[in-house]
This record gives sequence, structure tokens and C-alpha cells, in this order.
Amino acid sequence: MFASGNLRSPLGRARGLGSAKEGLHHWWAQRLTSLALIPLTLWFVAGVIHLALGGEPYESFMAWIANPCTATLMILFLGVSFHHAQLGVQVVLEDYVSCHAWRTGLTIVTKFTCYGFATLGIVSTLICCFGG
Amino acid sequence: MVEFSLPKNSKPTKGKTHPAPAGAKNTKRFQVYRYDPDTGANPRIDTYDVDMDTCGPMVLDGLLKIKDEMDSTLALRRSCREGICGSCSMNIDGGNTLACLKSIEDCKGDVKVYPLPHMPVVKDLVPDLTHVYAQYASIEPWLKSETLPPASGERLQSPEEREKLDGLWECILCFCCSTSCPSYWWNGDRYLGPAILLQAARWINDSRDEATGERLDELEDPFKLYRCHTIMNCTQTCPKGLNPAKAIADIKTKLVERAG
Repeated sequence: MFASGNLRSPLGRARGLGSAKEGLHHWWAQRLTSLALIPLTLWFVAGVIHLALGGEPYESFMAWIANPCTATLMILFLGVSFHHAQLGVQVVLEDYVSCHAWRTGLTIVTKFTCYGFATLGIVSTLICCFGG
Repeated sequence: MVEFSLPKNSKPTKGKTHPAPAGAKNTKRFQVYRYDPDTGANPRIDTYDVDMDTCGPMVLDGLLKIKDEMDSTLALRRSCREGICGSCSMNIDGGNTLACLKSIEDCKGDVKVYPLPHMPVVKDLVPDLTHVYAQYASIEPWLKSETLPPASGERLQSPEEREKLDGLWECILCFCCSTSCPSYWWNGDRYLGPAILLQAARWINDSRDEATGERLDELEDPFKLYRCHTIMNCTQTCPKGLNPAKAIADIKTKLVERAG
């Protein structure tokens, strides 16, 4: 469990660097986003199935996405799902990557990637809406 | 970064076989993990055929019979033999439990006995519990109060306040739960684990304690508390029938309550 050559007292090791006094916000955000994703994912899957299986043309999709309600739900779905994804992957990295440098590096890559894709999706939705 | 392979000298090999005494008709096979740090050899699994006609009903009875009559080199912890001291916690038939409360009859096939998982092994079935005891000390498991006790000397609780400690005070610190938790296996150096968090909840829920906020401050940490992912192995394995997962959920709920 501990590297050899560590002569700290057991209590010193157990206390470590002390409490970060945070973690609640991350945990709560993960629960709230998962709750929001239940209706959003159902809506997204139903919408895609309806358009894809109905064999609707490109124009139908553009008309669908241009609806203010559809665009709002799409932007929410993209933002919330990528936010949820980066929260979740961060937990996985904290669980399994013990090297602090690797963990920090991979967390940064995860956050940049998720927020990059979320922004790309939201901008694409807006372009569809406003006919770029 | 991630460790995929076991450390050197971890894989158990096939060990010695100790046959039952001549004339034994009703035998049960015990397969017991053996490790001696002095030899530098890999751990081994020794086989013992125990005469059940002269053995008590519990796994601890079998292990003590082995130690007394078949192989005195076997090392294990035990004391009360009635599920109250927590000394004989070990992995039996694939699950963590107390050897004194586990019936031999309930083991399917051979009785497989290993030390508590993922702890350093001192010898055979004796794990090194130094770190988990230090983690227990780190939560300061005693009553903290600035208010002096009343003249009668006794700090009173209502029956309702006392009831909040039920399901918490009964813990005997056998660490079956913590050592069954994958989160504790991977991050036990920082994650406090279910046993210690249940003990923390025992003081957070005590109406006489005045350090509730400080205790919550100390626990709010991505590793100390939030490595719990409600896997529930702790609750499933607890030989006392307690629910550490619920105690941890209560701590998380209190942190939400405090924030707004």
C-alpha cells in the first residue's frame, strides 16, 4: 500500500495532506446531470429514431432543429451530457490512476475534449437554427 | 500508472497436504492460505482433511483443530469465539466474515480460507491492520463537547436521539467491509473505507457531540469520502448485519443539507 522507505507514523500517513474540503459540488453535479439526462436522452433518442426511421429528408431535419423548443432541448442535451461525461471520467481516473501527474494530465485532456465537443455541438445547432 | 499485475511473490502455489487421522469417516477438506515472510517464498495453499466427528461446527473450530492437532505452524487471530471481538475476520468460501460465526456446513465444497483481501499479510491468516487503525484514530472517535457535563455527570439523550445510534454502535471493527470494497482496494491509502466512515457517522449522529461540523469538514474530500460508489459489498458482507453503505449515504446527505 505504501512505498518502502516511508517512515512517517501510521497516523501521519492516514491524515496525509488533510481534507480537500470539497467534493460535494462534484458529487451533487453528477447526480443532478444524471437526473436531467433521463428525459433529455429519451427525447433525443425518440427524435433521432423518428427522423431516421421515417426516412425524412434533410429539409425535415433542418425544420425540426430550427424549432426553438427542439434547439433548446438539443443544446441542453449536448451541454448536460458532455458535462456529465467529464465528471464521470474524472471519477474513473481518480479511482484507477494512482500516479498524480498522469491523473492530472488525463483529467485536463478529458475536460478540454468534453467541453470542446459540447461547444462544437452547440455552435452547430445554432448554425442549423439560424441558417448559417 | 495503473497496476495490472500482482506484486512479486504474490501468486499462491500448491502447498502440503495433511491427511485426516486413520479411521476418520466423516472428513471435510480445508484449503488454507499460508504465507511465511521469513522464507521469502510465494504463499501456498495447504490442504487439511479434518475429522468432523471430533470437530465443532464453525470454521474457527476447524482452524483451531488444525492448529492444535494437525499443524501448529498455522497463524490466525481469534479471541471471543462468539462474534463480538472481531479478531477472526478472514475470507471464507469467497466472502469476508468471522470464522467463529461461519458454519462449516454452509461452505460449498472445500472450506477455502484466505486472509482479508488486499491487506499486507503478516503471516498466514493475519493481516497487517496498522493503516486502518490509524485511519480510525484520524476521525477522532471520541465525544467532543465544549459544554461541561451536568452536575449529575451524565450527558442525557432522549430515546429518539439514542435511536439514531442504532446500527452504528454495534460495529466491532473487524474490517470485513473495508477489505471487501474495491474502492478501498484501489485507494485505501486515502479512502477511509466503510468501517471508518460508519464510525464517523456514529459520532456525527451523536446528539451529545458538538463537533459535527468539524467532522463533516474533515470528511468532505474526493478521496476520504467520495470514493464510495455505493458498490454495497460492505453491507452484503458485514457479519453483524450492519449497513455501512447507508451510514455513508447519511454523511453525504448531511453535507448536501449543510450546503443549502
